[in-house]
Amino acid sequence: MSLYFHSIHIDTDKCDGRMKCLRTCPTQAIRIRDRKAKIIEEKCIDCGECISVCPNDAIVPLTDPFGELSKFKHTVAIPSPPLYAQFGREILPDKILAGLKELGFDDALDLAPICGEVSFAIQEYLREYKGPKPLISIACPTVVRLIQVKYPDLIDLTIPIDLPREIASREIKKKKSKELGLKEKDIGTFYLTPCPAKMISIRQPAEKGKSHLDGAISITDIYGPLLTAMEGIEKGSYRESLENICILGIGWAMDGGICRTLRLKNSLSVSGLPEVLSVFDDIERGKLRNIDFIEAYSCPQGCVGGSLTVENLYISYNKIVQLIDTLQYEKIKACPDIREVRKLYKKKYFLLEGKFEPRPLIPLDKDLTKAIKKRKEKEDIYVSLPKIDCGICGSPTCLTFAEDVVMGKAKSTDCIFSFPKKFSALSQEMLELLDKSYFKERGKHEP
Amino acid sequence: MKDSENELSKHYTIASADFSRAGQVSTQIKELLQEIGITSSIIRRAVIATYEAEMNVVMYAEEAELFLTVNPEKIHIRIEDKGQGITDINLAMQEGFSTATDEMREMGFGAGMGLPNIKRNADKFNISSIPGKGTSVDIIFCLNQRENY
Repeated sequence: MSLYFHSIHIDTDKCDGRMKCLRTCPTQAIRIRDRKAKIIEEKCIDCGECISVCPNDAIVPLTDPFGELSKFKHTVAIPSPPLYAQFGREILPDKILAGLKELGFDDALDLAPICGEVSFAIQEYLREYKGPKPLISIACPTVVRLIQVKYPDLIDLTIPIDLPREIASREIKKKKSKELGLKEKDIGTFYLTPCPAKMISIRQPAEKGKSHLDGAISITDIYGPLLTAMEGIEKGSYRESLENICILGIGWAMDGGICRTLRLKNSLSVSGLPEVLSVFDDIERGKLRNIDFIEAYSCPQGCVGGSLTVENLYISYNKIVQLIDTLQYEKIKACPDIREVRKLYKKKYFLLEGKFEPRPLIPLDKDLTKAIKKRKEKEDIYVSLPKIDCGICGSPTCLTFAEDVVMGKAKSTDCIFSFPKKFSALSQEMLELLDKSYFKERGKHEP
Repeated sequence: MKDSENELSKHYTIASADFSRAGQVSTQIKELLQEIGITSSIIRRAVIATYEAEMNVVMYAEEAELFLTVNPEKIHIRIEDKGQGITDINLAMQEGFSTATDEMREMGFGAGMGLPNIKRNADKFNISSIPGKGTSVDIIFCLNQRENY
């Protein structure tokens, strides 16, 4: 049993070690051994970058199959807001929700109103908060894991307000079990996820023992069936579900959506892992103390850019913006009642259950004296390497290779550039041997 | 400088007026300290102190050498710069005192918090300067109460 659950799995039959994932992984968590990719569990932050670049589709996200639905007496689909951006402009969220019911879910819950409530709860938290800044949103599970692994000292800046999907699932289970006279465990809630990272945050939440959700189905898996299911629905038969659509909540699908819908002035939003890293470096240096709130997403453009979505991320970003406009035009309820939210907030309704703990990378050695010695060895090895990060040894960079050698996970002779040296040493030896035997021979015949 | 058996020594160069690269040394030091398992609260202080020192070099000095030594007892960061130096160290150590130009202030620097901030984050701090020649800063973090992971 391994310590960390990951949503990413490598199909070794399909993998032929082409190294795309090796080069892409932002945390250097992949190695190629015996021509197959392997993931180093404690380094992986489940961002899903490797899934998108694999030319053989050998890296597969572990999401739940449809079949899981039959385990429950009542099932509820909870689509993440990016699902609304996957279809043409004429297909509004109400039709999508109706389509999900057509597909076999007993109910489909629009997450946007709860996202809106959580946005307000964040606003409340920001208003009352007096500690060091900037505060960081926990909307993206990859960002949370990145903080746990690489920026453990930023954990105290994360906002302890729970995620909309968790609150939604918790509440709908309470409500439906009462209404239907069922036990809470008989109600299955399924999140329709745009990325594999949300899968893990359901299988293995970073802050608590167990998620309120029962599974996650990828948007890519449900897209085709849902499109077919929606064709059969007549317009007008599902109108009422649009009444609750919340503009504030739809913003959760995209980079900057929370700041934008809350009209937070002193905040910033960042998406794409390299950019997130540079902003977090600046927070660590103490450069962003004057910013109140930071939204950070591992995927470019936010959740619409998730690796399990269908539509091009720039198009879907634009669709979300358009959807907000359309809903405003149709005079749909723009936001939840702030007074209600405040009441619930005081009752700790939105509070995150549990706490994020640091998950720092394992040091070179537990003993500091030995760790220092190994760090010096690593440096010495690195100096002798070509520093071109070719990856042929199976490590992503020369620096990681040096570390792998020090940790006993690779041999220094695995570097292809050590071959000529070895070869010349060997041939020198051979020549010498030949020479010796030649003179011996000569010695015999010509005394 | 020769390494002793239990000591790790590194040398970095910080270029003057190179704002785009400022902060790289503190990031490299952070990664090194993480690798050898230094506790994150000490790393955080070391990063802030090094970054402030780097910014001081970028803004005021001509160039500087940074020497890092780590042994099981302490982290020692020494920055030796060549430059205008500081005429009144006591004044420079006061919070809010700054000789920053308007351009620097526009970039969000020059609040007069740099040196005091380094001192606040360090366990031991020493500064000496020769006006017209340069300034040396020693920043020390003690590891004796360290917790290793």
